[in-house]
Amino acid sequence: MQDRPHRRRFIECMGWAGTGLLWTAGGGVMSSITLDRAAAAAKKTGVKPFSFLQVSDSHIGFTKDPNPDARATFREAVAKIRAMPDKPDFIIHTGDITQLSKPQEFDDADQILKEAGLTVFHVPGEHDMLDEGGGKAYLDRYGAGTLGDGWYSFDHNGVHFVGLINVKALKAGGMGSFGQPQLDWLKADLAGHSASTPIVVFTHVPMWTIYEKWGWGTDDATQALSMLARFGSVTVLNGHIHQVIQKVEGNVAFHTARSTAFPQPAPGQGPAPGPMKAPAGDLHAALGVRTVSVVRGTGPLAVVDATLG
Amino acid sequence: MFQTLIRRIPSAAAAALAAVTLGAAAPAPSVTPNIITIGNFTFGPEVATVPVGTTLTWVNGDDIPHTVVAIDKSFRSPVMDTDGRFSFTFTKAGTYEYFCSIHPHMTGKVVVQAP
Ligand SMILES: [Cu+2]
Repeated sequence: MQDRPHRRRFIECMGWAGTGLLWTAGGGVMSSITLDRAAAAAKKTGVKPFSFLQVSDSHIGFTKDPNPDARATFREAVAKIRAMPDKPDFIIHTGDITQLSKPQEFDDADQILKEAGLTVFHVPGEHDMLDEGGGKAYLDRYGAGTLGDGWYSFDHNGVHFVGLINVKALKAGGMGSFGQPQLDWLKADLAGHSASTPIVVFTHVPMWTIYEKWGWGTDDATQALSMLARFGSVTVLNGHIHQVIQKVEGNVAFHTARSTAFPQPAPGQGPAPGPMKAPAGDLHAALGVRTVSVVRGTGPLAVVDATLG
Repeated sequence: MFQTLIRRIPSAAAAALAAVTLGAAAPAPSVTPNIITIGNFTFGPEVATVPVGTTLTWVNGDDIPHTVVAIDKSFRSPVMDTDGRFSFTFTKAGTYEYFCSIHPHMTGKVVVQAP
């Protein structure tokens, strides 16, 4: 998709391999720019830019081909974050923290993420709902201050962030799902914000249908997107599919992120959406983290995805 | 650049697979164990037709956890990791539709026939 040129620029800019999408939030349709240009634009408008980081699908506890130690690759990702010259303000983890929702897996994930020294915002993936209570372990750990199954919103430097849950109580034959109570809450939550407020929505399963046969979409996402339509700048960050796919529709930019554990095939390529074998040297090129920078008051936005090697 | 992972289907499971008849074919011989293999995010066979009293065993051959959950709630497996198993005995005739609660696009059906 679009990430290739950004990746090259980001390598030059940050000095470590990978891509990142740097976003500036402002009026109209978003487009990607380099980190350098964003910084220049920020200087011109006098607005202090900020960035945050997205990590996804750490699958702590995964020990199979192609990655015998998902803890080690997650730790590598966190080490990259720690080494960043411009500290992001916080980290968003878009779910599948663990492989099997075991307490030890959550503990280890928390321990590793702590090494980044940054605030972390979570939303769960379907792998984080596998405890006896069907998500109770996740809520007990990360649910403070959230509503319903764990959804919430917050504001940061004029940007409104919304964390949604689309992996709970899924229906046979369907894909991801928000459910009516959450959609009702979203409507009320967005009502208080003007159309010029940049919105970042993050949730595990993609909010647009990438491949229905593999469940790569969210059944009731159209309802959420219709509520977001009046906003000038909407950025949707997802995980789940372990690869970077991007799409812009109107004022909404959709992005899926790489996993820090293992890659999955391109939509419909191969028999199933499971882990892909990677030649030893190539695994790190298929894993990564994402930096999102927000510069208020300027038009274009950019996001940079970085691989682990 | 990458090869899709070729999943191991346990040979015992593959052999037992033949014991479960497909679709509405002739009544199944009551061979135990009757195994439904989960591989590549699908149930094999997708439709199993068995006589009342049959115990079916699902075996997860994927590197990703799955579950087996009946839509009418008559059975619900714990999470099955790789090589995990779940068995259920069908004591009543009827059609039982089920799915994986983690990957709901995975669906299957058990048709239980009266003697
Ligand atoms: Cu499944």
